[in-house]
Amino acid sequence: MAVETAPAKTTTGQKLHRIHVVVNGAAHDVDVEPRTLLVHFLRENLGMTGTHIGCDTTSCGACTVLLNGRAVKSCTLFAVQVDQASIATVEGLEKDGKLHPIQEGFHQEHGLQCGFCTPGMMMTAVGFLATNPAPTELQIREAISGNLCRCTGYVNIVKSIDYAARKLREPAEGKAPDVR
Amino acid sequence: MSVEIGGIGSSVKRKEDARFIRGKGKYVDDVKLPGMLYLDIARSPYAHARIKSIDTSKALKIPGVAAVITGKDLVPLNLHWMPTLMSDKQMVLPTDTVLYQAQEVAAVVATERYIAADGVAAIEVEYEPLPVVVDPKKALEPGAPVLREDREQKNNHIWHWEVGDKAGTDKAFRDAEVVVKQDLYIPRIHVASIETCGIVASWDKVEGKLTVWMTTQAPHAIRTVIALVAGHLGLAEHKIRVISPDIGGGFGGKVPVYPGYVLAIGASVLTGAPVKWIEDRSENIQADSFARDYHISAELAAKKDGTMQALRVKTIADHGAFDAAANPSKYPAGLFHIITGSYPFQKSFVEVDGAYTNKPPGGIAYRCSFRVTEAAFTIERLVDVLALELKKDPAALRMQNFIKPEAFPYKSALGWEYDSGDYGRALKLAMDTIDYAGLRKEQATKRAKGELMGIGISSFTEIVGAGPSKQFDILGIKMFDSAEIRVHPTGKAMVRLGVKSQGQGHETTFAQIVAEELGLPVGDIAVEEGDTDTAPYGLGTYASRSTPVAGGATAIAARKIREKARLIAAHLLEANPDDVEWKDYKFQVKGVPAKTKTMQEVAFAAYTNHPQGMEAGLEAVDYYDPPNLTYPFGSYICVVDIDRGTGEVKIRRFVAVDDCGTIINPMIVEGQIHGGLTMGLAPALYEQITYDEQGNIQGGNFMDYLLPTAMETPNWETAKTTTPSPHHPIGAKGVGESATVGAPAAIANAVVDALAHLGVRHIDIPITPWKVQQILKANGAAE
Repeated sequence: MAVETAPAKTTTGQKLHRIHVVVNGAAHDVDVEPRTLLVHFLRENLGMTGTHIGCDTTSCGACTVLLNGRAVKSCTLFAVQVDQASIATVEGLEKDGKLHPIQEGFHQEHGLQCGFCTPGMMMTAVGFLATNPAPTELQIREAISGNLCRCTGYVNIVKSIDYAARKLREPAEGKAPDVR
Repeated sequence: MSVEIGGIGSSVKRKEDARFIRGKGKYVDDVKLPGMLYLDIARSPYAHARIKSIDTSKALKIPGVAAVITGKDLVPLNLHWMPTLMSDKQMVLPTDTVLYQAQEVAAVVATERYIAADGVAAIEVEYEPLPVVVDPKKALEPGAPVLREDREQKNNHIWHWEVGDKAGTDKAFRDAEVVVKQDLYIPRIHVASIETCGIVASWDKVEGKLTVWMTTQAPHAIRTVIALVAGHLGLAEHKIRVISPDIGGGFGGKVPVYPGYVLAIGASVLTGAPVKWIEDRSENIQADSFARDYHISAELAAKKDGTMQALRVKTIADHGAFDAAANPSKYPAGLFHIITGSYPFQKSFVEVDGAYTNKPPGGIAYRCSFRVTEAAFTIERLVDVLALELKKDPAALRMQNFIKPEAFPYKSALGWEYDSGDYGRALKLAMDTIDYAGLRKEQATKRAKGELMGIGISSFTEIVGAGPSKQFDILGIKMFDSAEIRVHPTGKAMVRLGVKSQGQGHETTFAQIVAEELGLPVGDIAVEEGDTDTAPYGLGTYASRSTPVAGGATAIAARKIREKARLIAAHLLEANPDDVEWKDYKFQVKGVPAKTKTMQEVAFAAYTNHPQGMEAGLEAVDYYDPPNLTYPFGSYICVVDIDRGTGEVKIRRFVAVDDCGTIINPMIVEGQIHGGLTMGLAPALYEQITYDEQGNIQGGNFMDYLLPTAMETPNWETAKTTTPSPHHPIGAKGVGESATVGAPAAIANAVVDALAHLGVRHIDIPITPWKVQQILKANGAAE
């Protein structure tokens, strides 16, 4: 249910809207301009700068976050569109001081160089692995084809995601069964 | 090599990953200061036009807009033009005419990013369109519209540059048994690092100090440029601090000074508030950092038996409206004269003419050392043209001609002294790895069935590591580089460098060099770069120069420390210094393995128990001026299959054998090669910036400019040979750009090879499906 907002306005006359959004498990109620992009909301309003901006045409994927568990490009959504939704960003991957398997994979397999595309790439991978826990190499490549990397040539990114897939499939005890 | 300490040769996992995988990297756009304003730029829709009027009144009325800056505002400050790194000058903001589409016309400073954009939209500019020149050949014709009215010289010719023995080369061509000639166009492309360019400028009026966070590959050079350009405004070099924080890819695009940087600095001084400018992708790809754009005509003279004798090359270089390349000052065409490549030409002559056109400034590198890709692509393509002419196998023709290993150091016909190489070994390894003989058999079978398969080779020689100061400078600043090492009392070390990583992993690899030299674990060594207030002066990271130059400085600075440490160790061991040697990463009394001191013990003593008469502490600085450049090389083999229906080129396999001398971190080197190969694939098959006749950019955003995705990029296969550089302190040559330099020719050669039986000798890159389909149709080979 949308929260009723007072008719607050910005200095430029833009009407403000109150949104309620849960980011990495923490609830936020914030007044935003209707034109504020989700990526700017995360970076500027919430100060969460791990989500990056690499283009203005929804091509590069550096801004990818999870919206109710699904990978989306936060440069192409308005903040008001995520009212009442749950967002996950790179800052929420590490839990209780323990790296997420995708973070571990990128480190172990040298899946990053400059690090700029990395948060978006990892969030795409997390969203993808939730739907396909045992992907083939080609499926991984398809899954990240909306995320551009200029440094790595993707070979090690594919390996990093495969690493995470295997790790996520591990039973709580014992070794990873090789599903492939 | 010591795996335990993580020294040279260990695949140490990267230290810098810790922050990047948590989203805790700090890039320029992550810098937020209290009271910060945002700058946005109005740009020209025309490629060539006179500005009749600029009306800023509506923009200034928008609440939140703090200032609007036009060229006229910059005239009293003498900031409307700025020098380029190539002794040309460039408009910061125009006062009369604009010379390319997307050129900066006015800047708006506002309290919020979106309000600054509102301000830009409210600026009204009246233009009078002028004749547009997009073709550099037409630009050089008599009677072409003169684009640069500010110059005394009233034409579009920038410079003529030539090297080699013209008369001797001409004679060799007259006497030659075989001559092949090929025109090639190496298109305009854009580095398109995923992070665009930006700056936060903060002027402290009370202290008179300017601090900038900036996407720059060369922070010290930028500091000096700011001091030289804006010294008259009270900006003095000891009160300018340039911080290059985490950089989201550079590839050469973050070497130049762009007008947006100058405007943000000016706006901060003007308003007294910090000012942030971050360009968006379309601005980045329409106005900044273009590479290549070389129109080349190349000829090769040979004997009938295939012996290569002479090379003659004529080139027109399209530099756009300003020559804002970042080449060493003595070399307006960069190191293009490495074009003799891996072959012992007796005679060579190369000439290049620079031309102005109505395009943004070009001539920036695209992950290559100063025009080296243009050179490597030309010679490796030309060798295949010769092979076709002589009906010789391209691998055999290369093997027959390579400069022999015993010929090094080898003096090339165009004046370079190659340090070391074993080209035949690299090509043989590539051929064995990919089963070259088997592929040729398969190709013959497939061709008989009408299937299109091609095999392409590129055996390139690079030239990197600028440079010896006698030859290399930028704006007069010699191209040395530096390292400063401090070993703290508890045996932990801090290393500061004059270079700046943009993803290359310096925090890890430079720590490994120090670990190797001082016997300290790599985890005990911190590397810091990019802050001009703390780092020693250096020329920065581009042209694969970090390892060859700053790597040399790091090893030598560490050795200076080790020498002092040896004296302290002797003091601790109560031995004669001459009897103390460095063995197994420890000091040991010769012949007495039980009497040792570790570097940690020595470091503590350097502050607590140093010999009387010796300075306390354990620090060293080195400014390394390399005696020569380094010459990495490699042999790449690419196998392609072509779809006769769509014309699509599919890379089936690509084997890259690289030789970059001593390898510091094999994991990082392999990663650099993967990335370089992908930036070699990009211009070979996908990327190109073109303009229509009115100078409108085609491909000015990521919808139209095709960076390879994971779907187009093959699974690169890498292998190596190791031929250390004889003159480098650790034998390293550098590797960041080799693959970008070497890959395009291998791919183009493979496609031409697949179509050679149809009479195809050359196809200009990027080799798009449309181009291939046209060829197939013309030859009745389309499906």
